[in-house]
Amino acid sequence: MTSISEDSDKEKVRSVSVDLNNDASLVIDIPDALCEREVKFTVHTKTTLSSFQNPDFSVPRQHEDFIWLHDTIVETEEYAGLIIPPAPPKPDFEGPREKMHKLGEGESSMTKEEYAKMKQELEAEYLAVFKKTVQVHEVFLQRLSSHPMFRKDRNFQIFLEYDQDLTVRRKNAKEMFGGFFKNMVKTADEVLISGVKEVDEFFEQEKNFLLDYSSKIKDATAKAEKMTRSHKNVADDYNHISGALNNTAADNNTAFKKHLEKCAEVFEKLRKVEDRVASDQELKLTELLRYYTRDIQAAKDLLYRRARALADYENSNKALDKARLKGKDIAQAEENQKQCLQKFDKLSESGKKELTSFKARRVVAFRKNLIEMTELEIKHAKNSVSLLQGSIEILNSN
Amino acid sequence: MSEERGSSAQTEEDEDLFVSAMESPEAARLSAEDLSPSSNGPRDDDPDDLFAEATEEVSLDSPERQPILSDGPSPAITPVSISPRVDVFDRSPDLDEEEEENRDTFDIQISVSDPEKVGDGMNAFMIYKVTTKTSLSIFSRDEVCVKRRFSDFLGLHSKLASKYMHMGFIVPPAPEKSIVGMTKVKVGKEDLSSVEFVEKRRSALERYLLRTVKHPALLKDPDVLQFLESSELPRAVSTQALSGAGILRMVNKAADAVNKMTIKMNESDAWFEEKQQQFENLDVQLRKLHVSVESLVCHRKELSVNTALFAKSAAMLGNSEDHTALSRALSQLAEVEEKIEQLHQEQANADFYLISELLGDYVRLITAVRGVFDQRMKAWGKWQDAQLMLQRKREAEAKLQYASKPEKLQQARDEIREWEGKVQQGERDFEQISRNIRREVGQFEKERVKDFRVVIMKYLESLVHSQQQLIKYWEAFLPEAKAIA
Repeated sequence: MTSISEDSDKEKVRSVSVDLNNDASLVIDIPDALCEREVKFTVHTKTTLSSFQNPDFSVPRQHEDFIWLHDTIVETEEYAGLIIPPAPPKPDFEGPREKMHKLGEGESSMTKEEYAKMKQELEAEYLAVFKKTVQVHEVFLQRLSSHPMFRKDRNFQIFLEYDQDLTVRRKNAKEMFGGFFKNMVKTADEVLISGVKEVDEFFEQEKNFLLDYSSKIKDATAKAEKMTRSHKNVADDYNHISGALNNTAADNNTAFKKHLEKCAEVFEKLRKVEDRVASDQELKLTELLRYYTRDIQAAKDLLYRRARALADYENSNKALDKARLKGKDIAQAEENQKQCLQKFDKLSESGKKELTSFKARRVVAFRKNLIEMTELEIKHAKNSVSLLQGSIEILNSN
Repeated sequence: MSEERGSSAQTEEDEDLFVSAMESPEAARLSAEDLSPSSNGPRDDDPDDLFAEATEEVSLDSPERQPILSDGPSPAITPVSISPRVDVFDRSPDLDEEEEENRDTFDIQISVSDPEKVGDGMNAFMIYKVTTKTSLSIFSRDEVCVKRRFSDFLGLHSKLASKYMHMGFIVPPAPEKSIVGMTKVKVGKEDLSSVEFVEKRRSALERYLLRTVKHPALLKDPDVLQFLESSELPRAVSTQALSGAGILRMVNKAADAVNKMTIKMNESDAWFEEKQQQFENLDVQLRKLHVSVESLVCHRKELSVNTALFAKSAAMLGNSEDHTALSRALSQLAEVEEKIEQLHQEQANADFYLISELLGDYVRLITAVRGVFDQRMKAWGKWQDAQLMLQRKREAEAKLQYASKPEKLQQARDEIREWEGKVQQGERDFEQISRNIRREVGQFEKERVKDFRVVIMKYLESLVHSQQQLIKYWEAFLPEAKAIA
């Protein structure tokens, strides 16, 4: 489904997953978003499919709409054998919001330059959070649109097309399913998956792999987050040092003053580079790990559903034996057993396909992001070297 | 740079003066040549130019040279003019002007090394090896090694401060005591923080000695020479914080602080007012800068630790990954991150030892500089007090004139003469300390600018090195990432 070519469209394809817009018959993107009290995403669809009323249209959607869509898909029995693309996490503007608050409070105690600088940083941070959340919501939709079964889902179509507010529909759905089902699943699945006796070699391997990998990738995500935060702290420090150098320069005799001002400039530039390193690392590495932590969970959910189906099948066997012993309701029990077996087989078959393509997708995504991250690291380091060497030359010639 | 050339020629001819008085006529000619119109003549109004004319004079009143010069024939002295500003009644140990210049072509190396723990428990202490390598003649050997402990350094500083500070000399402050840090070391914790503490202290002691000997007067001070050369040194007990002397010091400091508040000096010299303000500002600015750099050191260390943790986690993930090529790439990513962790650690050390410690040193130095301004205020106060006392004595004498008590009158007149002398002395002292401070501050500013320039350059180069290493590591990893298939 994907090509591993060095595509020049790297800038356009912002997803942590691979290029999901390969199929021109249904192309989805989120070209922009508004941040008021809630984030409003503009979901833009271009399609050649006749099931849609228009070939090119956009609708505004809120985060809760995405969650609604995800939940309805999860609850759909038909999709039990598929890996359900993980729901995008809630937009988290807590960090920038806190900073903005601090900025407002401290405005009187800062110089004009400091205030302007902090404001600039704040805007950059807002933008970074924005980019992240748009990316993750976009990928969710693109996973659905590129999957042969999900793209035909009725609710998906409604989500893309319905030009009115989805809030009413969301409420109905919540009432129908209560929403507690999901929570129950989460706590039970690990126990059930590991407890079930596996006959199929493939699934045995997958089970062991997923259980181990999921804890490792969770840990790697947490460590990557800490590492990125440290980078940001270092960038912050460069900023303060630059400011302090400028203050010191103001009072000094002329020759040294220029020297100090140049140094302040160097630190300011270093800060920008360090900031970019941090945010690129976040986008390419941390986000990648975060996304696949969720995706692994979705794969585990599939295993859970299959294990559940297996348990049901085994129970139905026991019920059939009991019925045969008692001589009562045999036909019903036989029918039940047949259905359970069918369900289980269907889940196993589609599950195998899904898990195999999942691995392929994961490998390609990691490759793409690791390459991009490495290339960016090299670019930033080269920038640093040239700016530092340039400054050293200027300072030496003084 | 004609000045440097001049100064090295000067040293040579000074050595010659020791060797044979017969060569002095040539030496004289050399020094006469140095009075070339190209070098700056003495200019009365620019204090900084005290250094510019350094090469043109053979300092004649340097204590070691005096005995020798006074013996031999002295045609060497005649052609060279003594600048009227070098006060012959100057009681301060003279700054050999050419040695001022020699600060740049400095021929003494001091290293503090090999910290060793002596003793056990709370009585334990660290011994440091102090090695001096020099070709300067005031030292008895080319290379000397002695063993010193921290309190010896404090003792040296204490002696130097009491000798020179009241004359307006900026005496470099000794490294700070640290009860917490030392206790850990004493108790025998061989952990990383103790090792770092000892290294930090060792480095600080080295910088302290280097700064001290950079000052020409201090370099020649017998206490300094004894410290660097003699194998036995009397224990400096009065440096302990809770000793009698320590408490006395604290009391004196408090008294000084009170005096500072009560002496309202009429500052007639704008230079001093300006400089004092400047140093006050600089104090604030450097402290702020220091805080920011300390924060950088801390965060970079954190970055190093977090990178190491991530590396381990990535390795585990690689192990768990069942796709072979991806697994290999993740393991290699882990290796790259491990190397980068090391890089961050080294950079944090550079951040610390190059910049943070330098700033800390300068914050303390600025305090010493401001202390010297306070000493001048004290001198002024003493002079003013003497004037007041003289006036009182005069008034008393005037009264006694009509009282016909001849012995008392005579006594009053004697006292007036005594106090007239004291007033004169007070004024001379005040002017001397003012001169000294001008010179010291000028030198200090020069040194400061030089120090910072050198350190900033070194630091930027360390950053360049780090980034170049980063490029190397990531470029090595890139094909591995591309090889995932």
